[in-house]
Amino acid sequence: MIRALALLLACQLSGEILARALSLPIPGPVIGLALLAVGVLLHARATGADPSRIESTELGRTAGALLGSLGLLFVPAGVGVVQQLPVVGAYGLALAAALVGSTVLTLIVTVYVFLLVKKLTGKAQAGGDNP
Amino acid sequence: MSNPFAIWVYLSTSPLLWLTLTLVVWLFADFVSRAANRNPIVNPVLISIAAMGAILVASGAPYQQYFEGAQFVHFLLGPATVAIAVPLVRHRALVRANLLPMAAALVAGAIVACVSAVAIAAAFGAPRQVLVSLAPKSVTAGIAMAVSENLGGAPALTAVLVITTGILGAVIVTPLMNALRIKDYAARGFAVGLTSHGIGTARAFTVDEVAGTFAGIAMGLNGLATSLIVPLAMQWL
Repeated sequence: MIRALALLLACQLSGEILARALSLPIPGPVIGLALLAVGVLLHARATGADPSRIESTELGRTAGALLGSLGLLFVPAGVGVVQQLPVVGAYGLALAAALVGSTVLTLIVTVYVFLLVKKLTGKAQAGGDNP
Repeated sequence: MSNPFAIWVYLSTSPLLWLTLTLVVWLFADFVSRAANRNPIVNPVLISIAAMGAILVASGAPYQQYFEGAQFVHFLLGPATVAIAVPLVRHRALVRANLLPMAAALVAGAIVACVSAVAIAAAFGAPRQVLVSLAPKSVTAGIAMAVSENLGGAPALTAVLVITTGILGAVIVTPLMNALRIKDYAARGFAVGLTSHGIGTARAFTVDEVAGTFAGIAMGLNGLATSLIVPLAMQWL
């Protein structure tokens, strides 16, 4: 677990450094995600390992544990935000309408554009169609 | 027996109490969510935030003191984001097959997320500063607050709107997609990650690993898209 954590942190650290050095508008951890994915695939190619079996590696188990409780990690920031609720002030109704309306609309537009383009390009595999 | 007040003074100022409480409250919320068969209304993030917030109000402990302990949990957001590389590698063939749908959905979704929210709030008469604070509400708090501040918004208000959008999307996505009879978990996950960043992604991972993977990708891509689109859209305001 410590080796896997060290690897995750090293990727995040490299991402943070790259984001600042190149003033990229992408958060360091997202760059770290890309670095780790590329690194895992290169490592698999070099060693002949099957990257699809990554779940059963030390990294796979640690990642699974973190992602399995991803919601927990938003609690500390969320508690701080609740205390800021009064900043909503006089525009509570406008903001509530905007958030509910926009959330529903964004979900619908995104999912239908995704499905439409998938249908048009036709090449996409059926693997995402879980019954 | 030692003075209970002295014990409380020690506990309330030590990171140990607040870290332990954060984990225990989460375990309780997760238990309730499981007991409700992962019903989306019973969102464990929302329950934990409400319960922890109530404990803070009842005990009178300031947020800064709470965060001294809770920061260890908060810190794991970074490595957890990097960890999305693991399901990404596992489902890489599916991701590669869906590159075009993702690109199109990203552009459409990022524009709708920003423009629809601003248009609705403007129709209710919200002033420009509130609209600017609202525009980046679908992306991670860090990016959204920076975008809002650069354009003259109020970062504290943006943070509230970001977290609320996260929870709303996580609660709405499952019943909405079921009502629309959409069974493609890649598309469902992408939509909730784009709309509701990490909190939507957390929900997606509890439903389906493919959905979680695509939600994670959408969250990362929309962080970039929104930081480019919002400044452009705000020029018309």
